[in-house]
Amino acid sequence: MTSTDQQPFLSVRDLKVHFSTEDGVVKAVDGLTFDLAKGKTLGIVGESGSGKSVTNLTILGLHDRERTAIDGEILLDGKELLTASERELERLRGNKMSMIFQDALASLSPYHTIGRQIGETYRKHTGASKKEARARAIEMLRRVGIPQPDVRVDDYPHQFSGGMRQRAMIAMALVCDPELLIADEPTTALDVTVQAQIMDLLKDLQQEFGTAIIFITHDLGVIADIADDVLVMYGGRCVERGTKKEVLRAPQHPYTWGLLGSMPSLDGPVDVPLSPIPGSPPSLLNPPSGCRFHPRCAFAEKVTDGRCSSEQPLLQVTDGRGAACHLTADQRRDFFADHTATRSH
Amino acid sequence: MSNTNPLLDVTGLTKHFPVMGGFPFKRKIGAVQAVDGLDFQVAEGESLGLVGESGCGKSTTGRLITRLLEPTGGSIKYRGQDITHADRKQLAPVRSEIQMIFQDPYASLNPRQTVGKIVSGPMEINGINPSGGREKRVRELLEIVGLNPEHFNRFPHEFSGGQRQRIGVARALALEPKLIVADEPVSALDVSIQAQVVNLLQELQRDLGIAFLFIAHDLAIVRHFSQRVAVMYLGKIVEIANREDLYGNPRHPYTRALMSAVPEATADDVPARERILLKGDVPSPLNPPSGCRFRTRCWKATEKCATEAPPLVQVSGSNDGHLTACHYPETTETVPAQRLAESPEAAV
Repeated sequence: MTSTDQQPFLSVRDLKVHFSTEDGVVKAVDGLTFDLAKGKTLGIVGESGSGKSVTNLTILGLHDRERTAIDGEILLDGKELLTASERELERLRGNKMSMIFQDALASLSPYHTIGRQIGETYRKHTGASKKEARARAIEMLRRVGIPQPDVRVDDYPHQFSGGMRQRAMIAMALVCDPELLIADEPTTALDVTVQAQIMDLLKDLQQEFGTAIIFITHDLGVIADIADDVLVMYGGRCVERGTKKEVLRAPQHPYTWGLLGSMPSLDGPVDVPLSPIPGSPPSLLNPPSGCRFHPRCAFAEKVTDGRCSSEQPLLQVTDGRGAACHLTADQRRDFFADHTATRSH
Repeated sequence: MSNTNPLLDVTGLTKHFPVMGGFPFKRKIGAVQAVDGLDFQVAEGESLGLVGESGCGKSTTGRLITRLLEPTGGSIKYRGQDITHADRKQLAPVRSEIQMIFQDPYASLNPRQTVGKIVSGPMEINGINPSGGREKRVRELLEIVGLNPEHFNRFPHEFSGGQRQRIGVARALALEPKLIVADEPVSALDVSIQAQVVNLLQELQRDLGIAFLFIAHDLAIVRHFSQRVAVMYLGKIVEIANREDLYGNPRHPYTRALMSAVPEATADDVPARERILLKGDVPSPLNPPSGCRFRTRCWKATEKCATEAPPLVQVSGSNDGHLTACHYPETTETVPAQRLAESPEAAV
C-alpha cells in the first residue's frame, strides 16, 4: 500500500471498451474518467445498457479479452490494471479488489457449502489451512450478521434466504479485507426492508475497514442513501458527475432531470402525472450522433445550430463537478426551474 | 368502503398450497398458507394497490381473482355474482371483463405471434367481431397504448421492454374490461420507462373508467397510482386505507417499517422519516407464527400477540375505512405529508 496523497486510490482515465459482434462494434463504454479515494463510495447510476456494469467488469479484468478492444488507463493504487497479466490480476481479485453481484443465487455454487466458498478465496490468497479457512468463514458470517454462523457455515446456498445469500456474498467479497469493493446492483433483487439491512451493513463495514466502494444502481434513492459522489451514465458515457448533494439537489443534465421526474416519491403530489423521458435507451451498436441523449431530450431544440445532433458535448469538470450538455449554465438553471415547477403543483 | 355495491367483493379468501411428501406413498404433509383470509372490495373505476414483500401472497391474490388459481376457501363476488368456484363456462363472460397485465413483458408475449395476433387473441377466443373488423380494433388499441398502429405485423422481439409492456396492456384492453389485475406491471422496466407505463395506465383508469387491482412492491409507485392501498404480510392484509390515510398516518408497525425502509432520492442531512430497521427475514408461510404473523419481527410484540391474531378493524384515531390489524397500533402523529420545500426538485 503505497498510495500517496496526490494520487487517488482508483483512477480511471478515458476508458473505452468496445466489443466486436457479428453486427458491428458495440461501444459499451466510450471515454469514461473518474477517481475514487479510500473510504469513499462512488455511486454509478444508469439504465440498462448504459455501460455501468461493463466498466466494472473491466476494472476487475473479467471481460472477454479476445473480443474486447480496450483503451485508456485504470490505475489501482498506482498499478496499471489494463496491461497486467492474468496471473497478476488473479492475485488482486478477491484480495485487493472484489465484487458483489446482483443475483446471489446465480453467483454461488449450489454444490458447495457456504463456508467452503467463503474459505476458498481466503485459502487461495493467504495459503491458510482448511481449518483456519473455516474459522475465518465463521468469523465473516458473524460479521455480516448471519445468526448461528458456526452452524450455518455448513449450509448450502439453497438453505439461505435471499437476504442471507446476499450477506454470504458480501462475506465472501470481504474475506481478504479488500481495499476496493465493487457492488453491482447488490440490493435490486431484495425487498426494501432487507435492502435497508444490507446497505447499513455495507456502510458499517466501510467505516470499519476504509474500503473504497463503487456502488452501481439504477435507483436514485439508493444513491442518496449510500454514495458520496455520483456519476450518471448514459449510452456508455458519463453525462453528469458531482457530489451526491450537487447531483440530487441541483442536477445539471436533462437526463438526470428526467430520471428524477420519472420517480414517484412517498410524499410528492399524487394528482400530477409523472414526467417520463420519452423514447427508449439508445442502441450502442449504432449510437445517435452528437449528444447520445439528444433524440430523447426535450431541450435539444433550444440549442442553436443543431449542435446537439452534430457535436458531442464535452464533460467539463471543475472540482469533480460537471455535466456534458450544450445548454448554457443560465439555460440549465431556467429550464430546470420550469421543469420542476410543473411537477410540484 | 361506503360503496354498497362494489365491483369486486372478496371475503375470507384463502389459498393453501399442499406440500406433498413421505414414503412410500406421497401424502399431504403440510400447506403453504399463501393467502389466508383476505377481505377487501374494489369499487367501479377505482384502483386498489396491493403492496408487500416477496412471498406475502400478493401475486397469489391476483391469480385467485382472475381465477388462474382455485381458491381453498372464502368467496369472490364479481358484480354480486359468486365466481369462487365457477366453472369454465360460467367464467367465460366474467373473464372478458377481468383482464390481467403480467410482470415480465419478455415472457408474457408469444414470440411466434405477431402483435396483431397477440392483441386480437382475446377477441378470437371470445368470438367477438367488432364493427370494422378485428384488425381495425387492434390498430385502435395500439394507438391507445401509444404504439404505431402500422406495427401490426411485427413480432415481439422487435420491440423494447417498455413497448412490449404496452402490447400487454393493449391485449388486456381488447375486451373492454371493467377490472384489470396488474401484477408488478412496471418492475421489470427501466426507471424512465416505468414512468411512461404508469402514466399510460393512469390515463386508462381515468378515461375508460377501468378499475385496477395494482400489485407492486414499490410503495411510491403504488401511492402514485392507487386511491386505496392494502398492505400484505405473510398472506394477510395488515392494513388497508385510502392513500392519504395510509401514507399520512400509517397505524400498523409493519407499514411504518416498510415506509421507513424506502430510500428517497433526497440529499437531506436529516432523514425525513424515522428509520425503523426490521431484523431478520419474513418467516416461512409453511409454518407462520401463531397469533399476529408479524410479531417475530415486531418491536412491540407481547404475549397477547403470540396467542391472539389481531382482527382487521378500525382502530381509534383512524378515519373511516382505515382498517388495521394490530393490538398496539402506532399513534396518530402524522408523517410529514408534504416536504416540497426541501425536495430536490424545489431546491435550485
